[in-house]
Formats: sequence, structure tokens, C-alpha cells
Amino acid sequence: MALSAAAAASLACALAFGSVEIPLADWLRALAGGGEATTREIVWGLRAPRALAAFAVGALLALAGALLQVLLRNPLADPYILGVSGGAAVGALGAMLFGLSGAAVHGAAFGGACLAAAALFGFSVRFTGWNIHRVLLAGVGIAAGAGAAVSLILTLAPAGQVHGMLFWLMGDLSGAERPLGGWITLVAALACSLVLAPSLDALVLGPLKARSLGVAVARTQAIAFLVATAATVAAVMLAGSVGFVGLVVPHLLRLAGFSAHRALLPLAVLAGGTLVVLADTLARSAAAPLEFPVGALTALVGVPMLLLLLARSR
Amino acid sequence: MTLAVQGVTLAVPGRTLVARLDFALAPGECCAILGRNGAGKSSLLLALAGLGRPAAGGVTLDGTPLARHPRRRLAQRLGILLQHDVEEFWGSVLEFVLLGRLPHGAALLGADPEGVAQARGAIEAVDLQAHALQPYRTLSGGERQRARIAQLLVQAPDYLLLDEPLSHLDLQHQLALMRLLAGLARSGRAVAMALHEPFWAARFCDVALLMYDSGVARHGAAHDVLTQDNLEALYRCRLEAVAGSGATLYFPDTR
Repeated sequence: MALSAAAAASLACALAFGSVEIPLADWLRALAGGGEATTREIVWGLRAPRALAAFAVGALLALAGALLQVLLRNPLADPYILGVSGGAAVGALGAMLFGLSGAAVHGAAFGGACLAAAALFGFSVRFTGWNIHRVLLAGVGIAAGAGAAVSLILTLAPAGQVHGMLFWLMGDLSGAERPLGGWITLVAALACSLVLAPSLDALVLGPLKARSLGVAVARTQAIAFLVATAATVAAVMLAGSVGFVGLVVPHLLRLAGFSAHRALLPLAVLAGGTLVVLADTLARSAAAPLEFPVGALTALVGVPMLLLLLARSR
Repeated sequence: MTLAVQGVTLAVPGRTLVARLDFALAPGECCAILGRNGAGKSSLLLALAGLGRPAAGGVTLDGTPLARHPRRRLAQRLGILLQHDVEEFWGSVLEFVLLGRLPHGAALLGADPEGVAQARGAIEAVDLQAHALQPYRTLSGGERQRARIAQLLVQAPDYLLLDEPLSHLDLQHQLALMRLLAGLARSGRAVAMALHEPFWAARFCDVALLMYDSGVARHGAAHDVLTQDNLEALYRCRLEAVAGSGATLYFPDTR
């Protein structure tokens, strides 16, 4: 309940603050669909799609992180560990290097993410079964390869393009105008994850124990991996690589006492979404008209929360 | 109704642990499995639970091979306490124990009052009631072992397979657990457990399986099998016998 209220409040903040200051009365009128056309356009045409995109990005990343931490049984797992975002980065930066922009960069990022995901599953899945260590190693390998390719592209790129590339790498929501795809992926991913929730609870105890409790381990792992990959790709398509959210939001919730996935997963969606909406509002209004990359601010907002909870937890 | 091992050979690379083993576990039986480290006790329990594949032979439940039973139905009939478990569980002891309800299709925590009542009963049976709402990860090793046993009790399988259930437990809780398991067998469940202390086997189990790590195993009534000669051959050391309450205690001869 508190998190739902926080999510709503963060969205309201995102609509209220930005590079243009809007008096409260005008803002309320615009919110209700009245007032000046320019104000209405700023609130509903510019800020609302971006706030919704920010929420979807945070929610998708937190959901993917929560799933991967169970699947890989590694508290340091985050959505980028599988190299999918690395593939997307190579695609996007490669397209920028060739002077492309807008939809072409998006398409190249999507192509790169899909190639990385195909390589990941191709190298790690065997007919004889599913091996977590192979997935993890293949993912780390692909991510490292993508990192090297990104470094090469950054070295080769003309100075004028590097700034845009760095923003993409650090996570940037300025180009996220159509969040619908992200939201559709989010709803589908959350629905699938909630169906899997009891099996994920058992998987925490290890694959052998989960099997002894009647869980179809290989099938659960395969579906959860696909959901986590799709969520990561959707988030990366909206905002590039926004770090920290996928790694830390699930831990924040576990430290706050939520461990059953039936509760943890929807709460991760709310908390991740709220965190990125707040970070993005700060990113575009703190030093307006200058805009910070949202990825840098997610960590600035989240790290103190994590450290505080760590200090208070037993 | 039996869990039957038919011609089972268990092997690890380069070594046969047990060859062509035949035995059956019937409801009402309490069976102790004894052997040296690495003799194949855990491998046998995993095979009995349908979690490990023998090199040869097979395990059947009521005459049907385990692989042909639906996994969830099997989990309602067979439950196992593994020797090692994951330590990183973030929820409370009650939530941990409630996971045992999973094969019965019950929702977890909150919407399952019957499950919560069962879990509280199981937690009380292993003397953890004071810790029910405490985070699982804050428990001591012995308390975790009791919580894992409570989870198995909530799973309520017909066949309880336990790999070293007494590990980490103090003497009082060892006795309480052996009484609990023997009581479950008397009430019609079947219990098979890997043990390292022949006294508990002789005092509370009616059947024993000795696994020599040479591929040979000996199976029979506990009082026939658990003799000083057999145990000295099993553990490859001389033993001293001391009369205990209801069974003989064997110590390694330290002279």
C-alpha cells in the first residue's frame, strides 16, 4: 500500500517538476485537461510519456534482477549479467558510429540484444538439461565481449558522437517517448512471474530440494530466464543501461522483510519504477536545462537507502 | 504399498558404491542406513527420492517406476531431508517451513490458514516455537536443521527419506527427533535415514542397511544386522561395546 502511494506520488512529481517551472494552479488545471495548451502539452505530451517510460524501465529492471538473483543463486546478479544489454549497447553505439539516429539506433539496439540473447541460450542450453553455471559463464563472456566492442567503438568514434554514446551507456530517458512496448512487456512479464512465484520460492532452496517439492525445475528456470531477458531487452530499448536498480531493489525489499516471491516481485515492480521516476525527475530538473544521465542518479538515490537498511538489518 | 529398490547399482567415476541392491521400504518401517563416508548412503537416498539416477536398476513406488509418477504427486508421497541445503533464505522460519506445503498446491503464507496451522504444529514438534517469526538466516546450525525437518513434516509424505537427520543436533534434540521419527513409522509412515551412530539405529529402527564401500550391502532386521562383528567390518575399526538403555553402544577402541 505504502509503495503504491509512493509510486503514485513519484509519478505526480515527475509531472510537476522539470526544466520549465509551472505554477501549482496552472499545473492542476493542465492535469485536469484544462488551462493553457502549452502547459497541457508540457505535462501530458512531454512529461507524462517520459514518466511512464521511467517507471516501466525501473519496474522491468527490478523484476529482471529479482528473477535472475533466484535463478543464478547469486546475490550480485543483475539484469546486465547475461550480456543482453551489452549486445544492445554494441548495436546502438555501432549504429551511432555510422551516423544513424532515432529509430535506426533503436532497431540496431534491439537487434544486438536479440543476437546476444540467442548466443546466450545457444551456448548454454543443452538437450541433456539446463545448467546454471553454463548460462552464467556464457552471459559473463558475452558481456565481456560486448564491453570490449563498446570500448573499440568509443575509441573509433568522432569526439562529437562520444557524448551521446556515453549517455546511452549510462542510461538516458530523453529519447523515451513511446513507453507502450515497455508497459506491455512489463504486464506480461509480471503475470508470468507471479504464476512462477511459488516455484521460485522453492528454487531458493536449491534445484534438488525444489524438485523434491514437486517443482518442474528446468521448465521454471527456462521460463524465468526468458521473462528476465525480455524484461531487460524492453528496459534497455527504452533507456539504455540504467544501472543499480535491478541489482539493489530486490535486496532493499528482502532487507525490509519481503522474501516470498508472490509479494517480492510486484513490490520490486513498484519500488523499481518509483526509484527510476524519482531519479529521472531529479536528472532533468536539478540543473535544468542541463540533464544528467538517469543511470547515475538511480545509484545516488538508492545507495543511501541500501546502506541504511543494511545498517538496521540483523 | 512399497518403495522398492530393484537391482540398483550406484557408482561414482572409477568406483562402484553398491552393486545390484534389492530391498524394499514398506509403510510402518523405520530403516537405518549405515556406512563409511562415501559409501553411497546419500546417493541411495537420492535414488529413492527420484532425484538421482542409478547406474543400473531402478526404484519403483507401488510397482511403478519413479520416473513415471508425476513430479508433484511424487512429492506428496516421497519427501527428503538433504544433507546440505541452501543457507540464504530471507524469510521467517514459518515461511521456510510453509514451503513444505508446495506439493499440496496450497498458496503460500496468508491465504492458507490450514497450512499455517500445520506449519506451527511442525515447528512446535521440533521445539522451534520461540523462533517461528524470526528470520531463518539468524538461526543456529542445529535450529536450521530442525526447521528443515519441520518443513519435511509439513510436506507430510508417506515415505520420509532423511540424510543424516541428527547432524548439528544436541543430544536432547537427537533423542526427541529419533522418538518423533520412530513414532511416525509406528503410525504408518515409512522412514529411511542415513545415520552415523549405530546406537540410535539399534534403539529406534527395526530395519538396517549396511553399505560397505566395496559394492556390497547387507540388509535385515536391525537386531540381526547391527552386531559388533558387522559394525567392525563396516567401519574398519575395532569397537568397544557398552550396554545402553534398550540397545548396545559401540565406541571405537581407543587403545
